[in-house]
Amino acid sequence: MPAISTASLPDIIFMLLFFFMVVTVLRQSELKLKVVTPEATELTKLEDKSLVNYIYIGKPTPQYQDLYGTAPQLQLNDKISRKDQIPFFLAEFKQGVPEALHGRITSSLRVDGEVTMGIVTDVKTELRKAGQLRVNYSAKTRAGDL
Amino acid sequence: MARGKRLQAPEINASSMADIAFLLLIFFLVTTEIVEDKGILVKLPPWSEDEPDITKLNERNVFSVLVNKDNDLLVRGEPTDLSDLRERAKEFIANPSKRPDLAEKPTKAIISLKNDRGTEYATYLAVYNELQGAYNELWNELANSKFGVDYSEDLPFAQRKEIKGTIPFVLSEAEPTSFGEED
Repeated sequence: MPAISTASLPDIIFMLLFFFMVVTVLRQSELKLKVVTPEATELTKLEDKSLVNYIYIGKPTPQYQDLYGTAPQLQLNDKISRKDQIPFFLAEFKQGVPEALHGRITSSLRVDGEVTMGIVTDVKTELRKAGQLRVNYSAKTRAGDL
Repeated sequence: MARGKRLQAPEINASSMADIAFLLLIFFLVTTEIVEDKGILVKLPPWSEDEPDITKLNERNVFSVLVNKDNDLLVRGEPTDLSDLRERAKEFIANPSKRPDLAEKPTKAIISLKNDRGTEYATYLAVYNELQGAYNELWNELANSKFGVDYSEDLPFAQRKEIKGTIPFVLSEAEPTSFGEED
């Protein structure tokens, strides 16, 4: 019985590898909060990822609860932050974007469904004060109606 | 004889190539995540110190939605279920039977949303989703009757503007009341 040639196996694996390299993005920051976004139906897809900054709100994960407690916290980039750090965060992000596109910067709020509106409202107020008005409430597609 | 053998190009054993590629593949699988960037896109109002005053408006044109800290809904003074919200909002905006207590016309309709600081975000977003959904359905109906297609971002700008001009999405959010905050 002749042996099956496995010479093309590396090519197949490489193809898979390239597929995954293209469709995925390197994880930018370690999430220190538990964020499970709610489900919704009226969703818009965010287009240009280079124009999107992310603001996470949620309760710290168990390994960070000693440090930050269990109350909902705010995470910008990879640090747990205070609300008054938002303007600086936004300004910093703006620097990396061409001036002509500044109006199209979107802030994606990735908020855990169990968080109460208090902290979310405070963040929204900070965004409005900083003039960052394009906001996306990140949500998952509700199963059942795709 | 020995020289002749050396001239022959030696064959590189490529059987471990697959293993190397597999290793790389697994590395990328572990370190990456597929970011699903979907959500409800909203435009926040510019910051101003004073609250928008909706009491000056004609009461029939205001569709007030209150969400309390127990995640209950009060729509125009009556407790309502989330599943009825979309239909009620649609009826209010379009007012097909010209009822005197609903919006005069879609351009005058204003949705007023107010919540407690203790309201769960999931509930807030579900309510927002229903309100957005009501408008999306109305836009779809209008686009279908006018242009024969569903409303989408692919429509020409002029047509989108016409639809949004006929039925503008006006949502006013009041500063939340501070009931039931957990921290």
